[in-house]
This record gives sequence, C-alpha cells and structure tokens, in this order.
Amino acid sequence: MSATRTAGERREVSSPTTPSRRSKSRASRGRPGRRGLWYTPWLYLLAPVALLVLFTYVPVVSMVSYSFTSWNGLSPTKRYVGLDNYVDLFTRPQLFQVFAVSLFYLVGAALQIVVALYFATILSFSTRFRNLFKGILFFPYLINGVAIGFVFLYFFQPGGTLDTILQPFGVAPHAWLGDPDLVNTSLAGVSVWRFMGLNMVLFLGAIQSIPPQLYEAAALDGASRWQQFRHIIAPGIKPILSLSAILAVSGALAVFEIPFIMTGGSNNSETFVIQTIKLAFNFNKVGLASAAAVVLLAIVLLVTMIQRWLVPDERVEMS
Amino acid sequence: MTAPIALTGVRLRGDVAVFLKYVSLLAASAVVVVPLLAIVLTSLRTEGELAGDANPLSAPANWFNLHNYQVAFTEGHMLRALWNTSFILFFSLIGTVFIGSMTAYAIDRHRFRGKKLVMTLFLIAALVPGVTTQVATYQVVNELGVMGTRWAPILLYMGTDIVSIYIFLQFIRSIPVALDEAARIDGAGSLTIYWRVILPLLRPAIATVVIVKGVAIYNDFYIPFLYMPADGLGTISTSLFRFKGPFGAHWEVISAGAALVIVPTLVVFLALQRFIYNGFAAGATK
Repeated sequence: MSATRTAGERREVSSPTTPSRRSKSRASRGRPGRRGLWYTPWLYLLAPVALLVLFTYVPVVSMVSYSFTSWNGLSPTKRYVGLDNYVDLFTRPQLFQVFAVSLFYLVGAALQIVVALYFATILSFSTRFRNLFKGILFFPYLINGVAIGFVFLYFFQPGGTLDTILQPFGVAPHAWLGDPDLVNTSLAGVSVWRFMGLNMVLFLGAIQSIPPQLYEAAALDGASRWQQFRHIIAPGIKPILSLSAILAVSGALAVFEIPFIMTGGSNNSETFVIQTIKLAFNFNKVGLASAAAVVLLAIVLLVTMIQRWLVPDERVEMS
Repeated sequence: MTAPIALTGVRLRGDVAVFLKYVSLLAASAVVVVPLLAIVLTSLRTEGELAGDANPLSAPANWFNLHNYQVAFTEGHMLRALWNTSFILFFSLIGTVFIGSMTAYAIDRHRFRGKKLVMTLFLIAALVPGVTTQVATYQVVNELGVMGTRWAPILLYMGTDIVSIYIFLQFIRSIPVALDEAARIDGAGSLTIYWRVILPLLRPAIATVVIVKGVAIYNDFYIPFLYMPADGLGTISTSLFRFKGPFGAHWEVISAGAALVIVPTLVVFLALQRFIYNGFAAGATK
C-alpha cells in the first residue's frame, strides 16, 4: 500500500528533527506508563474498528454466506443451495437488462467527465463572473436527491418544462419518463446534471495546483491553448481523472437513488441495485439478492484493481 | 500550430473563442437553473393558476403567495422531519468527529503491532460501496436491536465513514510531533495530548468533516428509508419522498416541499462556499 509507505517515509524524514522519539522518551525518562503501554493505541481504535468490522466486514462476510442459501430473511433456518443463486442470477434475462441500463449511466458519466473537464479548463483561465459560474454549476451536487427527483419529475412531465422549452424548436412533446426507449437517457441526464459540478470542482482544484510559471513558459514558447491543455493540464490532472473514471464505472453500476425516486425502476429503468433491493426486501429472496450484491461488489473491486494496476501509485489515497 | 497567422486573424479567432466560452457557460448555467426555476415559480402559484395555465415557467400572480409552503410544511410534517434530521445530524457528527480523530491519532501518533493491518482494513473498506452490502447490513442492524430507531442511521453514518478518517489522517500529519513531545515533557498523558493538543489543532479538519458529512446526512435518502420506515421517524428526505402519495398531482405543493428542502442547502452553500469546495475536494480524493 502506497499509503503506509508514505507514512513510513514521513517518519524517517521527521525522525532526525525529533530524534527517535519513542525510544528516547521511554528509556531516558524511565516512565513506560506514559506512552509505552502497548494497548494505548487500541483504546482509541476500539470503537472505530468495532464499527468498521460491524458495518463493513460482518455484512460482507455474511452476504457471501447468505448467497449460498435460499434464505428469505425471516426464517430461523437457512438452507444451503450451493451455487444455485448464482446460476439463477446469470440465467435470468433481467440481469442483462439491468447491465444494459447501467450502460446508459456509463455513457452519461463519460460525457460528464468531458463536460466537467471543459468547464474546469475554461474556468481556470481568467473569466468574468468565474465564481458565480463555478457556484451555479457546482450547486446541484449539494441538493437533496429526493428534491432532485421531484424537480426532474416535474421537468420531464408531459407538457412540462422540457416540452415547453423544446416546443419553439419544433420538437413534439415526448414521454421522457414513460417511453421505455427514452427513460434511461432522461435519468442518466439527471445524473449528469447532478454530478458534473463535483467533477468540475475536483478538476479545477487539480488544475489550479499546477504552478502558473508553467503556463507562462509555455505561452512564451508560443504554445496554443490546446497545446497548454494537452501538455500541461492533462498530465497535471491525470490522478484525479483516473479516480473520476473509476468512480464513474462503480457509480454507473451502483445507481440507485434517482431512478428509485423518479420511476421506482418501472418502464425498463430498473438498475442493478434497485433489482437487488427489491429481491431482498419486497420478494424476501435474501439469498438471491446477496448473490447479486456479491457479483456487484466483485465487479466494483475488479474495476478498482484494474485502475490501480493501470495507473499505479497516483497519491489518490491517504497521502 | 501553423506559424504565420495574420494578427487580425488571431484576434478574430480569439474573440470568437471568448464568445463561445461565455455562450457555453451561460448555456450550462441555464441547464442548471431552469429546472429549479420551474419548481420555484410553480411553488408560488395557486392550484387555480396551474389549472388555467399549464406552462410551468409562467410567473405567479402573487410573488409572495406562500400558501403552498404552509401546506407543505404542516401537512408534509416538515417540522418533525427537521427535528429527526437534526437529531441524527447532531449525534452522527459528534460521533464521526471522535471516531475519525481517534483513529487518526492512534494510527499517526503511535507505533504498534497490527497498525498495518488496521490501515489495510480501513483502505479496503473504502472500496466497498455501502449500497451493495445493505442486504446484509440490514440483518446486523436488526440483531443490534436498533431497527426502526434513529440510532440505526446514527450508527451507520458513524461506522461506515472512511472519508472522514482520511481527512483527519491527512490533517494530523501537518501537526508537528514536537507539540506532542512538549506536552509529554510537561507530564501530559496520551489522553490529555489527544484532548488538549491534537483535537483543538484539528479544528479545520473538524469543520471540513462536519460540512461534508453534514450535507451528506441531510441529503441521504437510502438509509432512513430502509431503517426508519415509520411515519413518525421521517427525515427531511423520506418526508419529502412521502409527498408523492397524498399530494399526487398537486405540483404546487410538491414544488414548495422541494424548495423548502433546497433552500437551507443554498443558504449553507452561500455562507460556506470556500469550505465546501475544499471539503469536497478533500473528501472525494480521500
């Protein structure tokens, strides 16, 4: 883990200024009770680690074990069914449907990254009302998801805001959420609306941490804006870009809130997580739902590992 | 690029680029604002006005017609929702600050066996999307006997927040170890150092965590929806969600409800802009 290494390096760097703080304070002052008690750090970690295990590791482990049973979530006994749930999962046509739905969100997320990159770049150069534009574009990220759901239910209503706006352009009214061919595009659009600003602010932060002398030097050498973007900005934001890409993939697979609030998963808009939640809590198929969750978790972890492997040690965590 | 371009050409191209830049910024701002504007305008109109003119962007007859807000606030039980959300916010934020700062203090200021293991446990946990494990987390919450109480979300918000731990860990590294040493020489124990030295110096990190986490909890829908289904325990999100039934097609009331929920966020955003940008940048990059 790069993080532990970073911590180690820091310690080595700092140790000359505070010469071997532990050994000295313990040995020279001869009071092991002050710091030497081996369990002192554990007293601080007791609650955090207990919560971590209770709410992350216990669920992951029990989820895997449920996935091999036909448990309904209520009965005291769980019947072992081997890989039946996984076979069931991969042979039901709904599975491909939900993966197809997540493709819409994936395309949306890719678009979102491109748009965010564009606005982050132009806002990083001097622009009138820059903070106002930045604020407006970022604000949707802070809005309550249920409120966003209602805002866009109203926006997409037949004869609603969108139809009204498009009318002068000769676009006939559409059933934006009622048409199974349109609904996922509409919902993915809401997702872009909601999250673009976050990506933009992250990119903007990364761009602004690039030393300005680099642009000056490039400008002196006659580099165009595109060349400045290509050779200065792009490499500077590579870590955050790769982090955004991975969040886009796992986000596209784990979409839940917006479609659940807006359509409840009807009309062809059911996502993987909505399906899992319905299996577990509406149809009491906890075993099958667990298998679905395990598959999703495995995909997300796999994607993360591929990203770490492709873009190693980018100081995106704990540094 | 191609070297010799006439000066006027460059200026012209530059002007066009600047023009396009502002056009794109205005267009994007319109895309953000118009859906929200429709909600605000509708929330100020009466049922009769809506029936007479279906255009969602029509201006209200009376710009100060707050009747819909009154209906949304009382019949939507928003006061109760505010109380429940505040209760959850208060305890989860205190808990998160202590959990995060204690973890950071233990990991960064102590050397002990198993430290690597603990860090790896936190690192891996950050990769597990919470939404995937709810099927099993539900059973854990059930076993703990807190199902259907406000303590379920409080415990979950405290226990599954790795980002705050990262923020504290990042920040505690900038506090010189010499300060701990000085306190120790003055006879301070480990707890005194945490309480009197580290925690006060972590104030900026605490502010960041409170803002980032506070916004997340205020907006969270999933956890209260799943763990507190009772009407009396509605939070801001779940109470607003319940507008769907009774107010069915009454968009003027639903709009007012949505606006009621968004306004506090807007106020907080305007007041704390700088903290919010920095906080989310710190939070998202871990």
